[in-house]
Amino acid sequence: MDRRKIEENFFKGMMVLSTLIVIASLLVVLIVLLFKGMPALNLSMLTQTPRGGYYLGKEGGILNAIVGSLYLACGATVIAFAISLPTALYLNEYAKRSKLTSFTRQSLDILWSVPSIIYGVFGYTIMIYLGMRASLLGGIIALTLLELPIMIRAMDEIIMTTPPKLKEASYALGATKLETTLNVIARQALPGILMAIMLALGRAIGDAASVLFTAGYTDNIPRSLFDPAASLPLAVFFQLGTPFPEVQQRAYASGAILLVIVLLLSIASRLLTKRAMKYVIR
Amino acid sequence: MFKPYLRIEKLNVYYDGHRALKDITVDIPEKRITAIIGPSGCGKSTLLKSLNRLIDLTEGVRVSGRVVVDGTNIFDNEVDVTNIRKRMGFISQTPNPLPMSIYENIAYGPRIHRAKDGKELDRRVERCLQAAGLWNEVKNRLKEPASKLSVGQQQRLCLARALAVEPEVLLCDEPTSALDPISARHIEGQLVNLKKDYTIVFVTHILRQARRLADYVVFLYLGELVEHGSAEGVFTGPTELKTQAYLKGEIS
Amino acid sequence: MNTRRLKDLVASKIMFSAAILSSLIVLITALALFYRSMPILKTQSLSDLLLSSSWHPWRGEFGFYPFIMGTLWVTALAMVLSIPISLLTSIYLAEYAPSKVRGIMKPMMDLLAGIPSVVYGLWGVLVVVPLIREYVAPLAGVISTGYTVLAGGIVLAIMVFPIIISVSEEVIRAVPRETREASMALGATKWQTVKHVVIRSSLPGIIAAIILGFGRAFGETMAVLMVVGNVPKAPSSLYDPAYPLPALIANNYGEMMSIPLYDSALLLAALILLLTVLLFSVAAEIILVRIKRRYSLG
Repeated sequence: MDRRKIEENFFKGMMVLSTLIVIASLLVVLIVLLFKGMPALNLSMLTQTPRGGYYLGKEGGILNAIVGSLYLACGATVIAFAISLPTALYLNEYAKRSKLTSFTRQSLDILWSVPSIIYGVFGYTIMIYLGMRASLLGGIIALTLLELPIMIRAMDEIIMTTPPKLKEASYALGATKLETTLNVIARQALPGILMAIMLALGRAIGDAASVLFTAGYTDNIPRSLFDPAASLPLAVFFQLGTPFPEVQQRAYASGAILLVIVLLLSIASRLLTKRAMKYVIR
Repeated sequence: MFKPYLRIEKLNVYYDGHRALKDITVDIPEKRITAIIGPSGCGKSTLLKSLNRLIDLTEGVRVSGRVVVDGTNIFDNEVDVTNIRKRMGFISQTPNPLPMSIYENIAYGPRIHRAKDGKELDRRVERCLQAAGLWNEVKNRLKEPASKLSVGQQQRLCLARALAVEPEVLLCDEPTSALDPISARHIEGQLVNLKKDYTIVFVTHILRQARRLADYVVFLYLGELVEHGSAEGVFTGPTELKTQAYLKGEIS
Repeated sequence: MNTRRLKDLVASKIMFSAAILSSLIVLITALALFYRSMPILKTQSLSDLLLSSSWHPWRGEFGFYPFIMGTLWVTALAMVLSIPISLLTSIYLAEYAPSKVRGIMKPMMDLLAGIPSVVYGLWGVLVVVPLIREYVAPLAGVISTGYTVLAGGIVLAIMVFPIIISVSEEVIRAVPRETREASMALGATKWQTVKHVVIRSSLPGIIAAIILGFGRAFGETMAVLMVVGNVPKAPSSLYDPAYPLPALIANNYGEMMSIPLYDSALLLAALILLLTVLLFSVAAEIILVRIKRRYSLG
């Protein structure tokens, strides 16, 4: 009896310790980055693009990267959404349980695990083939590929949980499949759909490997789809790699900005989803 | 006395090869309450759902026979099924409000059938909620989510929603079985009121309910139509042995 | 045909195309990479490429061995660090933790999973690398810059936590109450029930979670690149630098076109990466499908 208790307590202790390690890692990451990043953070960082000598420690900011990331991520999210929602709705409401639907779902699950650098490489290959240069458009395409599996899978999972009785109610009133899908199923799944969008958006803003080859980097804010675009993750990376401590400080600040953006997105996602739950049938 | 409204002719329904309804032939009278009774699993819901082709939604279903309304067989290929469903209101066993506000639940049906928003629609929503006996309880909170209503209120909401598309027939699949006795009585009262304007067909496994409400009775046993006729006739003097046994409670 | 039915029909065709498009992306990517790797595969055999240690692109020598080993070392270390901690945490969360703790953990896991990899890399450079250089390595009697396999392993382990924890926790909680009750009714303690019954039932799912985590660790690029040293030599200790495949690709894309066959070699590296991750993904998928089937029948 005693031995059982000892073993139980030992493992309980180990489990709590592990949980604490996990929580601690999160906190250490957040705290270090915010602490290190704050000193170098000032208004000009956020509102100016790099001036001459920025990379040597002089004036400027990373507005180019902030705006670039926004353009890239939002562009990709819009396109990915336009493809993802129809796909998820199709898989659940229009297609029968067939080899095609399971194949599609499996492919998407596989895609979900594909490292983002593959998307960058693939995008780059296509771009060379088409004679395109590193640009906003290239980055958007690579990011769209990255976001698609995340969005579709998340939307698919939530749409799958639509109670059949809701659909029955709509059909019984004489609605067509499209009307039922758009008015009832999509409404019921709205919180999940919003969450899917935010999730994919967050991933896209933070990804470096896929935009490394495809979006390029520049000190300017892109003015057309064919201009290269800077991005926050790459801003962190490049600034960190310089020998100047002032610029390295800026890397920390850029990292902190990126972190804060991701955190804000997470909070916004939670809030939006809660509001969207208003009409959902439990 | 009973003017036929819906004619069911040799209706057979197969689920994945299994024959759930066998050669059902019966006329449903107009503007009366018809009760479909019988033990559980005998095809009552299947029959009901055939009348508005809701069984089309189930996989592996095959139907043969005809259901004729106004001279048209609803199972004809040319027929627009959404139009059929508009003419047949349907209320299911467990209330199924749509994920919208109370107002939007009722407005949903008319809107998909091309009704325009505005005073006209507001009036229609009010009329239907009144007919379902729910208006007074919700008139000040039409914008609230329908999911916040109690189960009894939700079922009345579903009734109002079904009425909103201005059907000719009301099909009710055990409409009170999920409700408490008070709400159940409420619904029953509404149905009795409505029969002057609508043909009502309801499925029930509660004999006493059938006795209370029905003008016409259809008795199904194991997918077969055993007996049908006026409620008075069937309840006081059933001609078939199985009917007698069921009414006495020997089979259930 | 009236407008409503027409709209219905058109919409279903559009959705169908979207679905087909989505499902073909993997195939197209793999094919494109394969096609572009062909040139180098024509000049050297696959086994030469994979086993040779000499990486001198300007001499036309493309031995992938150091990079494959680098990837394996870092990934293996990350898994060794991450698996025990993640599993213990998931068991705790699924079986023992009060609901308040579970409530806090879910957003925390989401946060951990959402932090971009450059940010992890930055943190690694700020915290882990100096830690190893100043404290850990001297303790082990080694001189090191800190940019080591160990650094990569630690950072990766943290990145993998949320994946293993969230999937494992779900699988463990999915074990039916009746199973646990059966064990407790026989007089077993909670821990015995967990150890002998619950974990055994959820083992396939846990393995799937681990495989998914492995796949993520294998393909992770930026964070590892920033802390691992990027020296093209197969590591022989935890304190050696390494050069994993994704880092190889990321670092050299700029020179790809200038040296003959370089681009083809890098794309081959990408193909190897893709195929490995694919393999792991499919394996995890098969296991998870089998579990879902088992529990929906039972």
